[in-house]
Amino acid sequence: MANNKKQIRIALRNCGFINPENIGDYIARSGYAALASVLGANNPQNSIDVIKKSGLRGRGGGGFPTGLKWEIASKNHADQKYVVCNADEGDPGAFMDRSILEGDPHSVLEAMAINGFCIGATKGLIYIRAEYPLAIERLLIAINQAEEISVLGNNIMNTGFDFNIELRYGAGAFVCGEETALIHSMEGGRGEPTFKPPFPAQEGYLKKPTNVNNVETFANIPAIILKGWEWFSSIGTEKSKGTKVFALAGKVNNVGLIEVPMGITLREVIYEIGNGIVNDKNFKAVQTGGPSGGCLTEKFLDTPIDYDNLIAAGSMMGSGGMIVMDEDDCMVSVAKFYLDFTVEESCGKCAPCRIGNKRLFELLEKITEGKGTMEDLDHLKNLSKVTKDTALCGLGQTSPNPVLSTIDNFWNEYLAHVVDKKCPAGQCKALKCYIIDTEQCIGCTVCARACPVGAIKGEKKTPHEISQEICIKCGACMEKCKFNAISIK
Amino acid sequence: MSVKIQISQKTRTKIEEICKSFNNEPGELINVLHKTQDYLGYLPAEAQEVIGQELKIPTAKVYGVVSFYSFFTMIPKGRFPVSICMGTACYVRGAERILDELKHQLELNVGETSADGLFSLASLRCVGACGLAPVVLVGDKVYGRLAPDDVKNMVDEYKDMRGAV
Ligand SMILES: Cc1cc2nc3c(=O)[nH]c(=O)nc-3n(C[C@H](O)[C@H](O)[C@H](O)COP(=O)(O)O)c2cc1C
Ligand code: SF4
Ligand code: SF4
Ligand code: FES
Repeated sequence: MANNKKQIRIALRNCGFINPENIGDYIARSGYAALASVLGANNPQNSIDVIKKSGLRGRGGGGFPTGLKWEIASKNHADQKYVVCNADEGDPGAFMDRSILEGDPHSVLEAMAINGFCIGATKGLIYIRAEYPLAIERLLIAINQAEEISVLGNNIMNTGFDFNIELRYGAGAFVCGEETALIHSMEGGRGEPTFKPPFPAQEGYLKKPTNVNNVETFANIPAIILKGWEWFSSIGTEKSKGTKVFALAGKVNNVGLIEVPMGITLREVIYEIGNGIVNDKNFKAVQTGGPSGGCLTEKFLDTPIDYDNLIAAGSMMGSGGMIVMDEDDCMVSVAKFYLDFTVEESCGKCAPCRIGNKRLFELLEKITEGKGTMEDLDHLKNLSKVTKDTALCGLGQTSPNPVLSTIDNFWNEYLAHVVDKKCPAGQCKALKCYIIDTEQCIGCTVCARACPVGAIKGEKKTPHEISQEICIKCGACMEKCKFNAISIK
Repeated sequence: MSVKIQISQKTRTKIEEICKSFNNEPGELINVLHKTQDYLGYLPAEAQEVIGQELKIPTAKVYGVVSFYSFFTMIPKGRFPVSICMGTACYVRGAERILDELKHQLELNVGETSADGLFSLASLRCVGACGLAPVVLVGDKVYGRLAPDDVKNMVDEYKDMRGAV
């Protein structure tokens, strides 16, 4: 973990401090005491109220108030209800949930049992990516150990409360992180979303009321029960309480998982915890919210990070990916990267997402290849809005965000690609132009020999020249030239 | 693309056993597919037929699920499965150029397996080693902070093992 100052560990309180394969370690750090206290008090509504008053909001991206969600599920009566932990973690470039499951699996199990007791469910399911074998193994060990000492299973702590947890495996589909898709996947089918309502709390797994929460959301629960809602709600901002775990990555010196109080600023995260930009380059943007989010620029460096501020700034909290970009990153390419992801991950059920995103991707591709027109830019904006407004599920409703946010913040960069046919960051290959400076070139012929396509012509001892028609922009010549005569324009 | 094969009686029995261990329950289809892929390394059409028969669901439904999830594959992986992380952190640190070089060195596109069965190339999304970005995996071995120039050496190491078992 990066630099500890400014960090507060709640969700990660045990990660790295206990042996996750030994339940004794967890218990020694007050593990299962929260469950004992909830069961002992035997007042589910009271416990739900504690979560409500704590101000905890869902950490899976949406930010829905957790206590309220529990209350809705508790009020829907049925012969069977389910608690589901969403461990599908699909944001490419994020691994918060995996770290919690690998480092502190019991905190999630304990919270699920508390949730079960509060809403009247006796079964819990964890939907976890099959790509996380270590997390799966640790969860299975943890479930076994917990059952052995009756903090899970039947008749927990002799209170008559039964709660059993099973795993369900994802199989590499981002859309399965969406809760209705997740439920269809757990039922053995294609993970395609369905329209809400009905919400899972009304009609979820096997058509029974189901409470779905994210891993990190659950990991906060035992701490809130033990230390009280007053403590939890004293951390953070007015409408976003507690902490958030981020996977800090990209062009910062210290990368890794961080847990910071809500309300911290990007400047603190990047320059104090992240220790600044690699090679002292200039900061350009931070991407949060993954494929559903957007970019925050310099003007937001001092904005307190919380759910509402990030949305107001045109991005979102998301599940915790935080990618820092510097002057060498082309923002049009970043938007294209996310759309490429969305096109691949769209389940294809609804046309706006299946076709709209593909067209958006093609437009971005055209622009990065230097073939874009001003009309394409208009088209890009309109199509983004239409896709957002008409897609069926959260994936398609948010997938144009990276495009809109980069258009808002980096319009000039789009213009440069379209009007000047230049990529200011020098990243778009098709727009790169390798040029030999005739003042510097002594005609050593090294570049001409290095060029794989014979694009460089010139007599020995006279300045050489690159034919832009033939050049494939591989950069080999520039690397070989000992006289710094070749540069990118 | 799928490979047409004849599955042996032994394999058929094994798949039947897997289905049975989940009570031939159609709702357990994904678990059955995971176990079958663990065993065979991939999910050929013939295996999907057996699963359909055992769980009493159309093969088309089985195929619908197999093709929906990227974790399931219908072509066998190479002896040295090469996976490149195309997560955001790796992308920002130049994964695209590494991928170009891998394609060039392996003469494969993403999702393909070489004719001699030695290599396959896949792309993944964040393997949780963002600190080491850009990251490539060969089997379980992690190669971090790769530069395009490192790729040839890495691949050659495995090409040299062609003869070895
Ligand atoms: C396309 C898409 C992908 C999602 N992926 C995840 C995910 O990987 N993990 C997660 O916890 N929630 C994910 N969500 C949010 C879930 O639908 C759901 O809101 C969340 O699991 C609820 O838990 P929370 O209230 O504790 O955040 C995703 C939503 C959408 C629309
Ligand atoms: S928005 Fe995309 S992912 Fe969601 S249902 Fe439509 S096609 Fe599927
Ligand atoms: S960039 Fe590559 S193709 Fe272009 S002139 Fe230089 S060596 Fe030749
Ligand atoms: S993005 Fe490649 S390891 Fe995380």
